[in-house]
Amino acid sequence: MPLMVRRPFFWVIALVVAAFALIPALGDNVELRESLALATIYITLATNLNLMLGYAGYINFGSIVFFGLGGYICIWLVDAHHTSLALSLLAAGVGVSALAFVFGVGILRLRGPFFALSTIGIVEGVQAFVQNFEPWGGSAGIYISPEVFNPLGGPAQALWVIYFALVATMGLSLYLSYGVKISKFGLGLLAIGQNEDAAAILGVPTPRYKAYVYSASAFLPAVAGGLYFFKSAFIQPSDAFDLSLSTEALVVAMLGGQGTVTGVALGAYLYEELRGYLLVSETFSHFQLVVAGVLLLLIVLFFPGGLMGFVYSRFPRTKKVLE
Amino acid sequence: MLGIIASIIDGVLVGLVYGLAAMGLTLIWGVMDVINLTHGTMIVAGMFTLYLLVTSLGVPPYAAMVPVLIGGFFVGVALYWVAVHRMVGRPPLMSLLSTFAVNLVLIGVGTGVWGTELFNVAVSLPGITIGRYTFPGAHILAAALAAVIAAALYLFLHSTRMGKAVRAVANNREAAELVGIPTVRVLAVSVGCGVALAGVSGLLIATLFPFTVLSGDGYQLKGFVVTVLGGFGNPVGALMGGVALGLLEGAVTPFVPVSWTLVIEFALFVLVLIAFPGGIFARRGVL
Repeated sequence: MPLMVRRPFFWVIALVVAAFALIPALGDNVELRESLALATIYITLATNLNLMLGYAGYINFGSIVFFGLGGYICIWLVDAHHTSLALSLLAAGVGVSALAFVFGVGILRLRGPFFALSTIGIVEGVQAFVQNFEPWGGSAGIYISPEVFNPLGGPAQALWVIYFALVATMGLSLYLSYGVKISKFGLGLLAIGQNEDAAAILGVPTPRYKAYVYSASAFLPAVAGGLYFFKSAFIQPSDAFDLSLSTEALVVAMLGGQGTVTGVALGAYLYEELRGYLLVSETFSHFQLVVAGVLLLLIVLFFPGGLMGFVYSRFPRTKKVLE
Repeated sequence: MLGIIASIIDGVLVGLVYGLAAMGLTLIWGVMDVINLTHGTMIVAGMFTLYLLVTSLGVPPYAAMVPVLIGGFFVGVALYWVAVHRMVGRPPLMSLLSTFAVNLVLIGVGTGVWGTELFNVAVSLPGITIGRYTFPGAHILAAALAAVIAAALYLFLHSTRMGKAVRAVANNREAAELVGIPTVRVLAVSVGCGVALAGVSGLLIATLFPFTVLSGDGYQLKGFVVTVLGGFGNPVGALMGGVALGLLEGAVTPFVPVSWTLVIEFALFVLVLIAFPGGIFARRGVL
């Protein structure tokens, strides 16, 4: 995609990524870094989910599987095989992507709601597997010793390295999302989202495209999962496959505006901020799911276009700059 | 030999209850093409209603069926107006999301109030003993009640005016509207019936197994499998699908850990869908 560089939106993404990387680094602000780190994870998850949801119109209820499995593969490689972090992350991304492709080929014949239901089944399957898989510690999980941070220059510096890697993952997610959107592949996905039969008749290889996008949307969440669990030096099934995170990714994608790159990223950022406020308050911290649910319901019922749908209708010119 | 027969019989008994648990899901699915993702939670709501009625008011477990059925119906009508009404006829993605959202709210409130501990309703009924095997009375009664409720639903759909209207709307909503059927009311009643069925099946399941706020998910997944096995909105088909599932479960449990049963069932779901895209009975006049 050499043409991408000439488009203004390419530079918008570059600017956002630079801001994420530089603002906490220049001020050496650890608190801000932690809050932004969470935002990068939300943006990564929601943006990759958007490849399925926003472009192809397919709901993936199990996007958390990518995140959790990626975390497990990475932690396991670092812990049991003393692989370097970079290599472990790559292995996590490639492994989970390949697995997603195999699953995708298995369920690609299913359409519409049936596909969505199968993704719920995949969550169950993977969870059952991990809980019974002894090398991964079963339901107790894996702890890694703090010594693994030494190659990165000790724990304090390692946290910065991990943060920059998370920002990079977020940036790649945004570029992937944008790149897919302006490509022929993305056009095919959008056609599937609007009318799958018509798309198939016009020569879009629909089952293959669905498997590709399912697999593509697995890579970066797996890397993000690897980074996240490496950072906490600990992984167990209930954290790795925390259903509320994949739910929130769905809420975020709808909040920002499914099918847009800017909206989803913006929605993720706003949601993360909102969540920060809610978690501080004693009453709301127990009812995080309720808030997410009410928000999702209101969006689905009254603003199916999300934030960007509103912005586009009020300021049509922004459509040219903010994809 | 007797052991095999015993496990088959128990599979059938539990399977009938699974069939009932799926019936509400498949009814709503069949009538308006909406997959009700709150179904599992509605089943749990039935379980907790039973628990509260039994522990705080001392109501006999099976008498709690009446308030659960009535309450479930009204909850269902409310659900229709909140989450389904605006979604009927729109892409299935939207109704999946809206019912999913309502489910989040319900699960959030449920876990906030009750946490995720195990609850249990003790029912003591004399079982039937054949040789070395005893079939628990609760299993037998639950299965019998499931069959009776399925028969009642069948009669409702086939011999009452409202039931016939439900089938007409399932077949062709526009045509039904043209001949003067108040489709909105019919849809609301269908969701009401679906949720009432979910609640009462939850009540029966609670008399068999312990439960948590989150146990609805498993029964909802079983409901999907039963739906594709037994066809949409067909009470008899749902019972048969449930029995098939119960037998399968009885056959695999001695060989694999419990946490795998759901996975096996889901693999079956995917396989059936791939072999028979759109469900075994497709949509050929099923209701």
